[in-house]
Amino acid sequence: MNQQSSIWLPEAASTIAGDVDHLFYFILVTSVILFVGVMATMVFFAWRYRRRSPNDRPTPVHENRIVEASWVVFPTILVAIVFIWGFKVFLEQGIAPPNSYEVNVTARKWSWTFTYPNGVISPDLHVPVNRPIKLRMSSEDVIHSFFVPAFRIKADVLNGRYSYVWFEATRKDTFLVACTEYCGTAHSDMYSRVIVESQDDFNTWLADNIDDGTMTPAERGERLYTLQGCFGCHSLDGSVAAGPSFAGLAGSMRNFTDGTNAVADDNYLRTSIVNPAAQIVEGYDNVMPGQYAVTMSAEEIDALIAFINEQ
Amino acid sequence: MSDESHNYLNAKKGIWSWLSTTDHKRIGILYAIACGAFFLLGGILATFVRTELGTPGETILGQDEYNQVFTLHGVVMVFLVIIPAIPGILGNFALPIQIGANDVAFPRLNLASWYLFMAGAIMAVCGWLFVGKVDTGWTFYTPYSSGASNAVLWLTSAVFVAGFASIFTGLNFIVTVHKMRAPGMTWNRLPLFTWAIYATGIVQVLATPVIGITMILLFLEKLMHIGIFDPALGGDPVLFQHFFWFYSHPAVYIMILPAMGIISDLMGTFSRQQVSGYTFIALSSVAIAFLGFLVWGHHMFVAGQSALSSIIFSMLTFLIGIPTGIKVFNWVATMYKGSVWLRTPMLYALMFLFLFTIGGLTGIMVGVLAVDVHLHDTYFVVAHFHYVMMGGALIGLIGGLHYWWPKMTGRMYNETAGVIAAILVFIGFNLTFFTQFFLGSKGMPRRYHDYSELLDTFPEFAALNMASTIGSYILGVGLLLILVYALYSLFRGPKATANPWGACTLEWTHTGPVPDEHNFHETPQVTRGPYDFHLADDVFGPKNNSQS
Repeated sequence: MNQQSSIWLPEAASTIAGDVDHLFYFILVTSVILFVGVMATMVFFAWRYRRRSPNDRPTPVHENRIVEASWVVFPTILVAIVFIWGFKVFLEQGIAPPNSYEVNVTARKWSWTFTYPNGVISPDLHVPVNRPIKLRMSSEDVIHSFFVPAFRIKADVLNGRYSYVWFEATRKDTFLVACTEYCGTAHSDMYSRVIVESQDDFNTWLADNIDDGTMTPAERGERLYTLQGCFGCHSLDGSVAAGPSFAGLAGSMRNFTDGTNAVADDNYLRTSIVNPAAQIVEGYDNVMPGQYAVTMSAEEIDALIAFINEQ
Repeated sequence: MSDESHNYLNAKKGIWSWLSTTDHKRIGILYAIACGAFFLLGGILATFVRTELGTPGETILGQDEYNQVFTLHGVVMVFLVIIPAIPGILGNFALPIQIGANDVAFPRLNLASWYLFMAGAIMAVCGWLFVGKVDTGWTFYTPYSSGASNAVLWLTSAVFVAGFASIFTGLNFIVTVHKMRAPGMTWNRLPLFTWAIYATGIVQVLATPVIGITMILLFLEKLMHIGIFDPALGGDPVLFQHFFWFYSHPAVYIMILPAMGIISDLMGTFSRQQVSGYTFIALSSVAIAFLGFLVWGHHMFVAGQSALSSIIFSMLTFLIGIPTGIKVFNWVATMYKGSVWLRTPMLYALMFLFLFTIGGLTGIMVGVLAVDVHLHDTYFVVAHFHYVMMGGALIGLIGGLHYWWPKMTGRMYNETAGVIAAILVFIGFNLTFFTQFFLGSKGMPRRYHDYSELLDTFPEFAALNMASTIGSYILGVGLLLILVYALYSLFRGPKATANPWGACTLEWTHTGPVPDEHNFHETPQVTRGPYDFHLADDVFGPKNNSQS
C-alpha cells in the first residue's frame, strides 16, 4: 500500500485506503490514455485535413461499422470494470467488521464531540491502531459531513437520523478530520483530529478521562465545554472564532452591539448561555443556538460558569 | 433578399418596439443582453471568491460575506446564465430559421418567457441585495435553509418564476419543431443544434415543475411550519436533496445538451463534412434527456441513502456516460477527410472537446462509488462540474455566439482578437480549474472560506490556490477581451456576407446577411441534409468532380 502522499492523493493510513487508491489510479491512467488518444487524433485530423483552398469540397465519408462498434464496445467494457470494482470496494467501505469498537460522534455548528462506551467525552477522536472503529454519528442542527482524507472515508451527519462510518487505522499518528457539508459561517473552521495510538496508550487515555464522580464543578464544566461543543466557537487561549474567547472573560467589561455595556459576572454568563441573543458582544454575530436552557440542567450551567470563571 | 438594408434589426425603431417584440430573433437578442449582464455579474462574484482564496486566511471577504458571495455566484450562473442562455439566445435566434419557419409556434408566449425570466432574475438579485444576503449555497439544502432567514424565500421564488420561463421556452420549441418545419425538412434533415434544443425542451417541460414544487414545499415549511424537510418539525432531512437533484440533475442536461448541439453544427460546418454518427447524436440527445431523470441519486452516495440505491444510481450514471463518450468520438471523426477551417468558432469547438472530455472522464471518476466517497464535496467535484458547465456549456455558448454573430448583427469581429481571446480563455480556464483537481483529491473540502489550518497537513495548498486565482484573472481578461471586440464589431466591424462560413443550413443559405423580420421571402424547399456539402451547389457552385 502506498503510505506516502502523492501529487494526487494524501497519505494513506487505513485498511481500505489502498483499495480506493488502486482504483483511483486505474481510472486516472485509463482516462489519461483515452484523453491523450482522443486529443492526439483531434490535433492530427485538424492538421492533416486542414483547409487548403476556400473551394475545398470533400466527398462524404461513409460510416465504418467496425470502427463505430469498437467505440461502443470498448468504453462499455471499461466502465463495466470500474463500476464492478467500485461497487466491491464500496461494500468494504460500507460494512463494518462485527468486532468493531463503537464511538458516538456528535456534530454541531461548528465542532465535533466523541463519546466513548465508558462515558469519556473528547473533542478529538482517540483510537487504537489496527482495530476496526465504527462511528455512530448524528447532528444537533444542520447536515455536516465527517471526512478523514487519510482514511478515504466520508459520510454525512444528519439531524434526526444516525449514519455510520468505519475505519481501521494502520499506523500511529495524528490525522485531520474536516467537515465537508457546507454548514454556515465557520464551516471552514470545523476541524477535529484522529489520534491513533497503541492499544495500551489508548487504554490509559480512556482511564484517565473517565468521570468517576469526584470532579469539582470546574472540572465538570470543562467536560461540558467539550460535550456541548462550546470549544467550536469559544477558545481558551484568547484567539477569536465565531464567538468571544473564554480567556479572561469573567469580570471583564463587555461592550454590546446596542451600545450598552456590562461586567461579565455570573448572572451575565448565565444569561449568555440560556438566552444568547439577549446581548451580542460587539464584533460578533448572533449565531449561538438558544437550546441550552433546555438541554442543560441548572447544575450543569453552574459547573460551566465555574469553568469559565477559572479561565 | 432584394432589399438587403431592410432587416429585423431596423424593421421597427425604438425601445418599445424591442420590449413588445414577438420576433424570435429580437427575443434572442433580449436574452443575449440579459444573460450577458448576469454572466458579467456572476463572473465578478467568481473573481471575489478566487481572490479570497488566493492567499490563506481572510483576504478580502469575511466568513459570512464569502458564503453569501459564492451563493449568489452559483444562483446567478446556474439559473440566470447557463440554463437560459443557449436556448434563450441561440435557440430563439437560430432554431426557427434552421427549420425554415418564420417564427416559433407561440410568439407571444416566447415574449412572456423573457419577461418571466427577467422578473425571476430581478427578484433574485434585488432580494439578495436588499432583503437579505442568503448564504445557503445555490443548492438550498435543508435543514440549513430551513433555519436561514426568510430572505432565502426571495431566491427560491425567483427560481420558481424563472423556472416558468424555462418551461415556456421548452414547450415552444417542442411544438415549433413538430409543427413548423418547412417542406422537405424531415426529421433526419434537422440540424443537430435543432435536435439538441428539441431534446432540451423535453427536459425543461418535464423536470422544471419539480423544482417549482420543491420551492413551494420549502415555502410551506418556512412560513407555516409544516414538517417536510426539517427534522425539528418531523420532516425528513434527506428528502429535499432527492427533490432538488430530481430537477437539478436533468438540469445538467438542460445546460449541456444545447452546447453539444452547437458543437455538432460547428464540427460539421468548419470541417465541411457530414457529422459522423448523425442519427446516433440526434437520438442520443433524446435518450440522454430521458435517462437524465434516473441518475439524481449519484449526488448522494454519502448522504445516507441505502447502499442498493447508490449502486443502482452509479450503474445508471455509467449508462449515460457511454453515449456521451461516443459523441466525443463522433465529433473528432467528423474532421476525418474533411476540410478543417480553424476560425474562432472552430477553436471553441476544439476547446470544448478538450475541456468537456476532461469533465466527462472526471465524471466517471466521481461516478465510481468507492472513489466518490473520498472525492465527494471536495474541490475535485468543483473542478469536475466547472469543466462540464463552463468548459462544456459556456464554451459551447461562446463558440455558438461567434458562429451566429455575423447573422445576428450583420458584422464580422476581428479574427485575430478572437484567436487571442480564445487562447487566453483556454490557458486561464485550465490554470483555474485543473489545479482544483489536485486540491480536491488531496482533501480540500468545497465551500471553504479559509484553508490556513489545512496547510500543516498540505503545504502545497497555498501554491495551488494561488495558481488557481491567477488563472481566474487570465480567464477574466480573455472574457473581457471578447466583450471589447464584440462591442467594437457592433459599431465598427466590417459588414458580413450572407454566408461567411460556407455553412449549409437554412439560416445561412436562405436569408440575407441579416434576416428580415419574416426570415424568408418565400418558404424554403429543403432538398438535402444539414451537412450535405457535396450537394450544396447553391453555396459553392457546381462541384468540380475531377478534384475529388
